[in-house]
Amino acid sequence: MKNWPLWEIFIRSKAGLNHKHVGSLHAADEEMAIQNARDVYTRRNEGVSIWVVKSEFIVASDPDDSDPLYEPAKDKVYRHPTFYELPDEVKHM
Amino acid sequence: MDIKSLEDRFNEKIDKDIRIEPKDWMPENYRKTLIRQISQHAHSEIVGMLPEANWISRAPSLRRKAAALAKVQDEAGHGLYLYSACETLGVERDDLLKDLHSGKAKYSSIFNYPTLTWADMGAIGWLVDGAAIMNQVPLCRASYGPYARAMVRVCKEESFHQRQGFEIMLTLCKGSEEQKKMAQDALNRWWWPSLMMFGPTDEASTHTEQSMRWGIKRFTNDELRQKFVDATKPQADLLGISIPDEDLKWNEERGHYDFGEINWEEFFNVIKGNGPCNKQRIDARKNAYDNGAWVRDAAAAYAEKKSKVKQEAA
Amino acid sequence: MKNQNLFHYTLQHADNCLILGQRLGEWCGHGPILEQDIAMTNISLDLIGQARMWYQYAAEIQGEGKTEDDLAYLRDAWDYRNVLLVEQPNGDFAKTIFRQFLFDSYSCYFYEALMNSSDEHLAAIAAKSHKEALYHIKWSADWVVRLGDGTEESHERMTAAVAELWPYSGELTKANKTEAEASKDGIGIDLQALKERRDAKIREVLTEAALTIPESTYAHEGGKDGRHTEHLGYILADLQFLQRAYPGLEW
Repeated sequence: MKNWPLWEIFIRSKAGLNHKHVGSLHAADEEMAIQNARDVYTRRNEGVSIWVVKSEFIVASDPDDSDPLYEPAKDKVYRHPTFYELPDEVKHM
Repeated sequence: MDIKSLEDRFNEKIDKDIRIEPKDWMPENYRKTLIRQISQHAHSEIVGMLPEANWISRAPSLRRKAAALAKVQDEAGHGLYLYSACETLGVERDDLLKDLHSGKAKYSSIFNYPTLTWADMGAIGWLVDGAAIMNQVPLCRASYGPYARAMVRVCKEESFHQRQGFEIMLTLCKGSEEQKKMAQDALNRWWWPSLMMFGPTDEASTHTEQSMRWGIKRFTNDELRQKFVDATKPQADLLGISIPDEDLKWNEERGHYDFGEINWEEFFNVIKGNGPCNKQRIDARKNAYDNGAWVRDAAAAYAEKKSKVKQEAA
Repeated sequence: MKNQNLFHYTLQHADNCLILGQRLGEWCGHGPILEQDIAMTNISLDLIGQARMWYQYAAEIQGEGKTEDDLAYLRDAWDYRNVLLVEQPNGDFAKTIFRQFLFDSYSCYFYEALMNSSDEHLAAIAAKSHKEALYHIKWSADWVVRLGDGTEESHERMTAAVAELWPYSGELTKANKTEAEASKDGIGIDLQALKERRDAKIREVLTEAALTIPESTYAHEGGKDGRHTEHLGYILADLQFLQRAYPGLEW
């Protein structure tokens, strides 16, 4: 018989925060995946909301493409506030 | 990219302490070593449930019963995190379990010792989990990302284990003569196996050098063992029970405790399968797995039926 | 004792939770898959947590300065008031699931109703436990359906579990003197109303699970008044071993 599929688990730890990847587990169906995630990953009050996604449905970027993907953003310093000079008198902006 | 430059890039990352992630290129040997190390650790967690689970039904108070359940449950969780980390390397948990059941895969030999009295629950938490923490904390910085992240979770949860063990010991040591005797007896039986948990001496350890180079081991076996002895001796003094080693003495010059020779013959015997409980532990795991097969099959069959119905409806 | 009936009523529920929690705890380390091992331990922990609340209150009612542990560890089988269902052995996973389902389908409605108890303490225990019971019933009902409607083997095993445990279902909803009196006083709940909701739930789940509902309404009883099956003695021998072998110590 086939093994239970693997699921990736994302947990929102507090209202207002993003769901964050916490790990994975096996479950036969969606319902069980949520229940298992609750039992495995929120035993110590770690969550208020759970997402589960079958691992096979995650699409990931290829590490070999990391130069073309991420290098070009590195020299665009003008996107950051520290690029712009202000006189000291302006305390908060 | 050719293999040489892939290797160079991999080594550069290791040198710069940049984590390796599942989709990154890695040397085949690194992958294999990781699978062996992580799965061995996962197996230790789930086999390690058994000696303590023995005492859940006999825990002497409801508070202790709840703590014992939560603790043994954590071990299941830790096994699960580690199997999951292993699965990112392209192996299935089921295949790893098969290796455990066939005896091909190893697990920490300490769990082949029996838990004979309630004090063993204290001694395991205090010593065995204490030793495990020594081993595990540095692995939170292991070079493989999923492994390091699993270890962070494990270590966070593990800290209550040692405390609850020590608390059991402390209560016994403050108790009746019989309770003190129980605590001393447990220390006598668990001390040496705990020291063995760190593995063979550095001279005899075959994988250490490569694993250190790869950042999947951060301290040598002997370094960790020494750290454990140094940390544990004062705790034993506090409890008022004595470590069963006549050679255990503070060495002013080294700034460490000296301790006696470990019985390596016993260590290798237990690894070979001749420990007091090897067979019973593996049998228990095998039974759980085999008796659970129909349950796993049923749930898979039901899920398949449901998804077919859903598809037809769509 | 000022309120003997309340004391017995409280003990009945304490004992149910403890004995079922103890039974479920036997699975720890032996579950069919790690994820479910963890799930069962969670339920066991919930039940033991509930048992502790009940015992603490029982000790308070008793007013003899006893603790939760005195009540759990120092009474013999004839003073235990749990229903016979919860002391039944785990058997295979199907039997454990069905035992759990029969209990959960009772306890989720029980706690819901008990939240209206005129006894504030009971109402508070109920409010806390009800949330847990709702999760338990979801878990066990889902499994009844999966196993009932899974494979041929799982269907057979579920059918056997239903047949074996069915005679232990009725005791839960048949009021004994303690419960009748508690209900009259507004402290306890109306078991007849609960029975109707529970029967409907059982029917609904068994139907979805493609399982046949047994026709027999025969119910073994006696547990609530201290007359047990042989199993309880062994459970207590385990549970109470240390407290009995070394009386009066701190652990």
